[in-house]
Amino acid sequence: MPNQPASPLDPRWAAAPAGAPIQFVAAFPHARPAFAAAALVLAPSLLGEYWINAVLVPFLVLSLAGIGLNLLTGYAGQTSLGSGGFMAVGAFATYGFLLRTELSFPLALLAGGIVAALVGLVFGLPSAKIKGFYLMVTSLAAQFFLEWLFLKVPWFSNSGSSGTISAPHLNVFGWDAGTPAGKYYLVLACVAALTWTATQLVRSQTGRDWLAIRDMDTAAAVIGIRVTAQKILAFAVSSFYLGVAGALWAFAYLGSAGVQSFGLSRSFQIIFIITIGGLSSISGCFFGAAFISLLPLLLDFVSQTLFAGTLDAGLLQNAQKFIFGVLIIAFLIKEPEGIARLVARLRTRLSAWPLRF
Amino acid sequence: MRASTRLLLTAATALSLALGASAGFAAGEQYVPLPTYRVGPYASSGTLWWAGTIDYFRYVNEVEGGIDGVKIRYEEFETEWNTDRIVEVYERTKHGKDGSPVAFFFTHSTPASYALIEKAAADRIPLIDPAGGRTESTDGTVFPYAFPLLFNYYSQASTGINYIAQREGGLDKLKGKKIVTVYHDSPYGRETQPAVALLAQRYGFENIQIPVADPGNEQSPQWRRVREAKPDWVFVRTWGVSTPVAIRTAQRFGIPADRLIGDVWAGSEADVIPAGAAAKGYQALAPYPGGADFEIHRRLKKNIIDTGKSDLRDVKNFGSVYYNIGLVNAALAVEALRTGHRKFGNRPLNGEEGRWAFEHLVIDDARLQQIGFKSLLQPLSITPKDHEGGGAARIQQWDGSRWVLKTDWIQADRNQLRPLIEAKSAAYAQEKSLAPRQGE
Repeated sequence: MPNQPASPLDPRWAAAPAGAPIQFVAAFPHARPAFAAAALVLAPSLLGEYWINAVLVPFLVLSLAGIGLNLLTGYAGQTSLGSGGFMAVGAFATYGFLLRTELSFPLALLAGGIVAALVGLVFGLPSAKIKGFYLMVTSLAAQFFLEWLFLKVPWFSNSGSSGTISAPHLNVFGWDAGTPAGKYYLVLACVAALTWTATQLVRSQTGRDWLAIRDMDTAAAVIGIRVTAQKILAFAVSSFYLGVAGALWAFAYLGSAGVQSFGLSRSFQIIFIITIGGLSSISGCFFGAAFISLLPLLLDFVSQTLFAGTLDAGLLQNAQKFIFGVLIIAFLIKEPEGIARLVARLRTRLSAWPLRF
Repeated sequence: MRASTRLLLTAATALSLALGASAGFAAGEQYVPLPTYRVGPYASSGTLWWAGTIDYFRYVNEVEGGIDGVKIRYEEFETEWNTDRIVEVYERTKHGKDGSPVAFFFTHSTPASYALIEKAAADRIPLIDPAGGRTESTDGTVFPYAFPLLFNYYSQASTGINYIAQREGGLDKLKGKKIVTVYHDSPYGRETQPAVALLAQRYGFENIQIPVADPGNEQSPQWRRVREAKPDWVFVRTWGVSTPVAIRTAQRFGIPADRLIGDVWAGSEADVIPAGAAAKGYQALAPYPGGADFEIHRRLKKNIIDTGKSDLRDVKNFGSVYYNIGLVNAALAVEALRTGHRKFGNRPLNGEEGRWAFEHLVIDDARLQQIGFKSLLQPLSITPKDHEGGGAARIQQWDGSRWVLKTDWIQADRNQLRPLIEAKSAAYAQEKSLAPRQGE
């Protein structure tokens, strides 16, 4: 999977600071991020509730989960099929803290993330000895074990019927975040803070160590990187992100959730997000999440409005799956490194426009 | 670049055309979004189920001229029974369409009912999930917008026990009997456990619970345990592929099929036909009996099936259990809207009015006769306090080719189970700091 070397000559890195025409960037170095931030902050007043509740919030949470897995798989090179399980840990742990302590939501979320990190750390231990496919199988075991645990032990869901949990109160230091806009800002704040942290992390010594391990762990050990410790750290950090994403999915998006919300299909969904968006790219997670969560909606919308009533609904849905599958394949053939790479290339081209290179 | 620009333009044109084409709703219609699942793992049941619902809506629209003159404008959204997608559809449709409001939302999925319960309460839209949903939402004082109509999970347990008592010759004969429950190891499978435990304590039978892990296509260890227990009766609370496997494995271990009692979701044609001869004599709880001999089927056959207006792709499935579920659920909705019209006038209702309508829904024998659902649907009466209303089922038995109804409606002992439900809803209210609503 990780095939490009962690070299400063990597064209993506060279392209990264470019973006817009050079003079423009020089004059307004923060124009683009500022614009994006303003758009996201103003979203609730510009868009309807449907867009906030059903489109933006799940998109942001899935992006965050994508970042979590990307740190582990894209940066540290460790494969995992247990993302759903770690999300469940975050959700159930946050619920436990909300229920049994007086913590306000952000603190409970943080504590839930830390619990998920500890669990990730434990399930990361096998990575000291095994890699690749074998590691994937142990993470699969983690997924099944965690699902089973939350289903089997009613204590985790406070003996709620059907093992389902729902947030008792979404109070952020006294402010009620129960409204749609409140939940959205809560998610936005978490995702923004954690994305910023991730970008800093991957540029730090830790991030470089991870890349070195991903490219060749023997060589990394030779140059003095503590490979085992770094791998396990990657599992812990990744699980922290996934745990926070799981808790947000349960409490800020669905409102309540059971183990079935964090099944194996969720793990696969997150793997698709990082594969399509681009491994070892933070922005790629957002592109991937958008592709995975928004494209089916767009296809559904188009088919619903264009063909409603004229064609069989089941046929339409199957056609959508077909189109979605073809798009993924076509797209990965055209750009195996994901949307992030595509966007970077487009950017370099546009900055040199009208010249081709 | 150029090719992709062209593609983008084409897509944009298609989209704008689509937006133009969507206007076609007349005011004065009741908008009913349907989160269908004709694709995916549950397609075999979903296709029939939604066909039943749609056929009944078509019948009401075309033959009866709508509900008191208000036509139903239903719209399908494929969800594959995926909770995320159902939530998305709910968000997309909750404000109605082109001025026609939403009076209720069918979830037809216990996980989706859970996921939407708070949103729907905030948006004031009733969630309708007959014979499913969150058991404690039967308590309408805490859950004003959730309606697990007809037959909640506790009632399923109780009706099963009452049927066994009937066969054994009285509730006092249950003492010392062994009743095994083989259940799908999921929230759905575990949901009846508190009720069975309570009844076991009350009547003194031995309660043995044996889980089957999903998907359950190998059950020898479980049925060996059943065999060792030498049970008098076995509840089969499986789901999907695990039901036919359970029936066949039971036969292999020498447990007669007529000692097995399937629950609501283990009692359709899809559950017994794959089990072949082993299923002969298998019984199941039927809040929605199978068969095409009811009065409503005669009317539908004449007006919908024979005129080619049915949503069924294969008319052979007319009268199958899943099709009948769709019919009954649609009828419940139609009757509720009719109830609402009596108070608010003959016009489309919004969510709050929809709640009032469902909470005052009464369907008695005379009404069942009129709408042609006699024997197919139990008489029921919903109140603001009780969102289940029925709590009875018939027992049907598979004779090798079709379901035969063996009993009349067997009522669950709802008074006995109510404290369990109230304890759970009170815990929920406390967790959410809700003040239970006083009855109206």
